[in-house]
Amino acid sequence: MRIRSVGMIATALAVALTAAACSGNDKSSTSSDKKAATDPKSLSASLTWWDTSDPKNEGPAFQELIKKFNAEYPNVKVDYQSVPFADAQNKFKTSAAAKSGAPDILRAEVAWVPELASLGYLYNLDGSELLKDESDFLATPMSSNKFGGKTYGVPQVTDSLALLYNKKMFAAAGITAAPKTWAEVKTAAATIKSKTGKQALFINSGGYFLLPFIYGEGGDVVDAAAKKITVNGPQAVAGVKIAQDLVKDGTAVKPPANDAYGNMMTLFKEQKVAMIINGPWEVNNIKSAPTFGGLENLGVAPVPGGSAKAGGPVGGHNYTIWSGMPQEKVPAAVAFVKFMSSPESQAFLAEKLGLLPTRTSAYDLPAVKNNATVAAFKPVLDSAVARPWIPEGGQFFGPMDKMAVEVLVQNKDPKASLDTVAKTYKSEVVKDYSN
Amino acid sequence: MSTATVGRRTPTPEPVREPAPPGRLRRSWDKHWYAWAMVTPVVIVLSVLVFYPLARGIYLSFTDLTEANQQRELCTPSITGELTCQANPNAWEFVGLDNYIQVLSGQIGQFWPQFWTTIIWTVTCVVFTYGIGLGLAVLLNRPMRGRSFYRVLLILPWAVPGFVSAFSWRFMFNHDFGVVNALLKAVGLDPVHWFDDKWTALSTAIITNIWLGVPFMIVSLLGGLTAIPAELYEAATIDGATPWQKFKNVTLPGLRPVSMTVLLLGTIWTFNMFPIIFLVTRGQPAGQTEILVTGAYRAAFEGIRNYSLASTYGVLILSILLVFSVFYRRALRKQGEVW
Repeated sequence: MRIRSVGMIATALAVALTAAACSGNDKSSTSSDKKAATDPKSLSASLTWWDTSDPKNEGPAFQELIKKFNAEYPNVKVDYQSVPFADAQNKFKTSAAAKSGAPDILRAEVAWVPELASLGYLYNLDGSELLKDESDFLATPMSSNKFGGKTYGVPQVTDSLALLYNKKMFAAAGITAAPKTWAEVKTAAATIKSKTGKQALFINSGGYFLLPFIYGEGGDVVDAAAKKITVNGPQAVAGVKIAQDLVKDGTAVKPPANDAYGNMMTLFKEQKVAMIINGPWEVNNIKSAPTFGGLENLGVAPVPGGSAKAGGPVGGHNYTIWSGMPQEKVPAAVAFVKFMSSPESQAFLAEKLGLLPTRTSAYDLPAVKNNATVAAFKPVLDSAVARPWIPEGGQFFGPMDKMAVEVLVQNKDPKASLDTVAKTYKSEVVKDYSN
Repeated sequence: MSTATVGRRTPTPEPVREPAPPGRLRRSWDKHWYAWAMVTPVVIVLSVLVFYPLARGIYLSFTDLTEANQQRELCTPSITGELTCQANPNAWEFVGLDNYIQVLSGQIGQFWPQFWTTIIWTVTCVVFTYGIGLGLAVLLNRPMRGRSFYRVLLILPWAVPGFVSAFSWRFMFNHDFGVVNALLKAVGLDPVHWFDDKWTALSTAIITNIWLGVPFMIVSLLGGLTAIPAELYEAATIDGATPWQKFKNVTLPGLRPVSMTVLLLGTIWTFNMFPIIFLVTRGQPAGQTEILVTGAYRAAFEGIRNYSLASTYGVLILSILLVFSVFYRRALRKQGEVW
């Protein structure tokens, strides 16, 4: 580390000096980028990439993309490793802290980026050609890569929660338009239950899935600008109460405390429940379920709203580069990330998996334009709410998940549950925020 | 990570001593030097693998070390080749007993609720595994047809990897698709929301753990049973003892050395049984079935990792088990056991 940093400082000085002398220095990495751009075949390196997408539903498409990349850059070997999403963050942090074994490129969830950047585990991408056309990226997904005024990643996909519904069941109940508010959901659910005799709605008992209810009343988890914990404010309490009432009065299935997500997906795929709140990452899973009846049976609508607005949390993933990667691999890594996040690659993923592109220009490509899933999710994105991009962002959900189980499953008072969450935030997560 | 030394040197005045006859240590060295030489490798290995980490863990529990403040300076390389370093404004430091105060007063985490859950979990599991194990061992300790087949069958849970059993059991207790609720429905009962209430959730984990723990008890107790001389049973039969009297007055005292050992082991293992709780209930509902080890894991390794908090939990758990072991041995000694 010591020696390398001396070398890097020397390089930095050299770069600074040449920049001051206003001459196109032939040792700086920008020129090697240029060289790579002129002759992709001359670029040779081996990169490891941790893909945290679902290995069964999404992984194959990413591997196909790598094949396309290698057609262009035959000498850049990409070692594709599928790492389960749930363990990836911990695994990455362990190996990054040990300075060995971490992947060169990581597909990081949007909330991970500020945290990993604050720990010094990621390359700062400012000034690289990856960000040349930064304005082409959608603003909200791009904002998740910023930390302390620097940029640490490039958006891969974006997503948000939406109302996924079963068109056949809606038709059987005679419902023509997807419900737009929670009140409309309630009436629609009553109709579905009386006409089809099946369950109408499933709300997953996880903190993330209650965010639309909180946003709907104009609440949020924290106010990062004012450094204030707002999770137990009146709007948030009102929002969570709406979700609780939907379960209480039988509109929604009472979720189990354990495996709620898996049960929700199974019930939806077996057409035993008409509506769920979930994101585009499950589209491929639903599509390939033999019991569901394909994509033509899947309706997607913006998440229903409350009294203030309608909006789901912005999710998605970014490409990040591990700070321990040797400098000589930079041109290859940049080429790889650039290829993977190009409009064409994003269009390919949209077509294959229904994942939502993060570039404005990608939405103009025919493959995306004609994709029903993307078209359906586009309005969902427009109303999506950015999350607070702070290093502690990933720690908000532990206490929120507990709260969701207490409120939806055990029927506890929302205010009391959210007060506990706020107390935990104050003592363990964001100690410098005010209540 | 820099390792700080904590040795405080207290100058101890050397008492002036006249040459004494060689001390015990010296005599032992002269007489048994080869034995000392034999245990040296073990001592070295143990100190590297056990004593050093233990000492370091205890030290860390007095600091505020986390993943975010472990580096004195944070360096970020840039894609364009520079490396920017800045001193970490809140680098880790020695905080004394703060961690213990915060954990034990409930400011951070849920120490006491988890402690009581752990006690209930441990006692129930040990009582049931020992009881069922003893019953089955006694059953299997008589000549019958297919005895070895039964023995193999009963040891099967041991052969299945723990996480596989844990996942299977969790799925069996699934509310909508689990076999347990399917059976309940088949006999006309209402399905149970197993994981929605603390006690039913804890019982799923306990049932799983009993299923996993019984084979160990059977094997150990069978070994103990074969060591009881047959003459004692013959004598008891001649004296006209009922089977129950034989069991109470011959089998149980004969098994005592084995029982005491497996009970102690079972208690310590169950107390620290991480995978079952972590995989079967996942702490549901809402973290109410977390035991100390899983609670410590969640407190320390979710989000930005808190090494000092993890060490604090570790030291507390170790202390509890140490106290238990000391009292347990005392109780044994009172009963005249040489152990």
